[in-house]
Amino acid sequence: MLSIRNLKVSIKGKEILKGINLEVNAGEVHAIMGPNGTGKSTLAYVIAGREGYEVTEGEIIFKGRNILQLSAEERACEGLFLGFQYPVEIPGVSITNFLRTAINEQRKYHGLDPVPATEFLARMEEKKKMLELQEKLASRSVNEGFSGGEKKKNEIFQMAMLEPSLAILDETDSGLDIDALRIVATGVNKLRRPDNATIVITHYQRLLEYIVPDVVHVLFDGRIVKSGGKELALQLEEKGYEWIRNES
Amino acid sequence: MEKDQNNILEEVTNSDYKYGFYTDIEMDMALVGLSEDTVRFISAKKNEPGWMLEFRLSAYRHWLTLTEPSWAHLHHPPIRYQDIIYYAAPKRKKELSSLDEVDPELIETFNKLGISLEEQKKLSGVAVDAVIDSVSVKTTFTDVLSKYGVIFCSFSDAVQNHPELVKQYMGSVVPSNDNFFAALNSAVFSDGSFCYIPKGVRCPVELSTYFRINAANTGQFERTLIVADEGAYVSYMEGCTAPMRDENQLHAAIVEIVAMKDAEVKYSTVQNWYPGNKKGEGGIYNFVTKRGICKGSHSKISWTQVETGSAITWKYPSVVLMGDNSVGEFYSVAVTNNFQQADTGSKMIHLGKNTKSTIISKGISAGQSNNSYRGLVKVIKRAENARNFSQCDSLLLGDKCGAHTYPYIKAENHTSIIEHEATTSKISDDQLFYCKQRGISSESAIGLIVNGYAKEVLMHLPMEFAVEAQKLLAISLEGSVG
Repeated sequence: MLSIRNLKVSIKGKEILKGINLEVNAGEVHAIMGPNGTGKSTLAYVIAGREGYEVTEGEIIFKGRNILQLSAEERACEGLFLGFQYPVEIPGVSITNFLRTAINEQRKYHGLDPVPATEFLARMEEKKKMLELQEKLASRSVNEGFSGGEKKKNEIFQMAMLEPSLAILDETDSGLDIDALRIVATGVNKLRRPDNATIVITHYQRLLEYIVPDVVHVLFDGRIVKSGGKELALQLEEKGYEWIRNES
Repeated sequence: MEKDQNNILEEVTNSDYKYGFYTDIEMDMALVGLSEDTVRFISAKKNEPGWMLEFRLSAYRHWLTLTEPSWAHLHHPPIRYQDIIYYAAPKRKKELSSLDEVDPELIETFNKLGISLEEQKKLSGVAVDAVIDSVSVKTTFTDVLSKYGVIFCSFSDAVQNHPELVKQYMGSVVPSNDNFFAALNSAVFSDGSFCYIPKGVRCPVELSTYFRINAANTGQFERTLIVADEGAYVSYMEGCTAPMRDENQLHAAIVEIVAMKDAEVKYSTVQNWYPGNKKGEGGIYNFVTKRGICKGSHSKISWTQVETGSAITWKYPSVVLMGDNSVGEFYSVAVTNNFQQADTGSKMIHLGKNTKSTIISKGISAGQSNNSYRGLVKVIKRAENARNFSQCDSLLLGDKCGAHTYPYIKAENHTSIIEHEATTSKISDDQLFYCKQRGISSESAIGLIVNGYAKEVLMHLPMEFAVEAQKLLAISLEGSVG
């Protein structure tokens, strides 16, 4: 699904990622953990194709294709989804309109006609039910006036609607109370399929009690310094990041 | 630079010759420049009664004493009024034999707007068969209106067939001496629309100039008069989302609206005249005086405008709230791109008691354009309990454009409540990336964000207009973020 080889990334001449290697297969859930400022969000943005990052070395192979030359929207159309840490507000644009535009642009990319309105609305209903969301979310403007929890739930809802091959969830658990956390985690688990994959970026082990990862990676100072099973997360929780710092 | 622009102005104002405009023998007599003779000539050509000629002449004489206003935040080379041709009624653009001869860029825009082939031909001046659907549409339409006693015709027809109404109301809202451009229009106006809704009639259809095909080319000095008698209601739509090419550079229109007791007039317009090219050359200069009067108590006038065209826009649709408990509204989206300049806004003049007004203005600037909101809220001494709410938002795309706000407030009655809110914002990189990450291209993302921003205004447009206006907003800003 995704394979990152020796990825080095700089921002304004400062090297942030210093040679990342990562293999994610279909059907897997990976967790990337690490203290603040170690490059977790940078990694997410670079995979998603955000401008302003200079890839100095390495490659990102997604579904067998090096995507570094693709624009952010092309990568999205190829099936890449980023759940944002801080989802931005788009005043006056309803979630319905936003998602329909997104889905139709993605369909256009694949040479398909726009989705019929009734089919689209039915899909919205179905996903809303699946994620146990209240009715009113869909008619509200994208993230406008949303609480932290609502914003994150909205990200998961969009993910459910867009059905990506690979979803990267950047600190989706931050700022969530237990109830919201449970809804978000349930959503991720329900959307899990043998033909898709998820990368969960998180600071805390807490989320991993709900979303059980196949592989846990520890990102430290721009490198993945440790990888292991779900027990690695527990070890980290116990010993703290100091433990990694001392080991690396 | 200024010299270049002068040449362009000259070229544009005179280019009618180039397109075979004056092949007609009758047209050879057309006068260049403005004088009493021109005014008399126009009036005679239209076979107007004496009182109409008098109206024109007194306007012309007054115009001579005026100077062009210079207070607006607009810059353009001087307009040479003596170089303009003031009579061009049976306007005939060069007919093209097929769409292949039309500017491909224009065709692309038509397709984006979803305009039918037949209509594309009409708009771009390609010869079409004499019998087209719209003829039958028009007939049915006229039948429906006459059943209700609604008069909807060209201004010239109204002068001939309903002189008493025209005499009573023409110039009663915008007097011929109101301002420089209003005086000019009053002297030389070509044609326009007239609309009268009798007492107690709720006009069953939305009146659109679209249905008056004969008046589609009313030229540069258009004049519209709408009268809603007691308890009447009408929704009136002017303009067209399709790009209008016109060889006349100077446009100075007048729109007057009269709402009697308990009457309501909703006026919607989409203006998309040629804005000039990407270097800021050419384009229409649009100096418009639009004003309505809520004459009777509990009357209401609502202006909704979407302005995307013209090189220069000078336009302040206003409401004089004379009747007690009357309501005035102004909803506006003005988009400027490249080198366009817009100085637009509204005036709400509160004369009656318990009068209420709302101003929602959304300016969107891109490229190197300048977009100004200019508004006046005035409450006179006897206007007890007047209320106004104004909101002026500016959205900037890029860092070379300008947004300006000039709100004037004059309150002479201490019971009035006047609120003014203003914001300035930009489309952020975060918003763009968020959209792109969902698979939405930059251009679509801008369209989406801008339409969201303008939603409060667009929702006041009649449905079919709103859908077109949304597409238009997106198209107007294409290429504005690189």
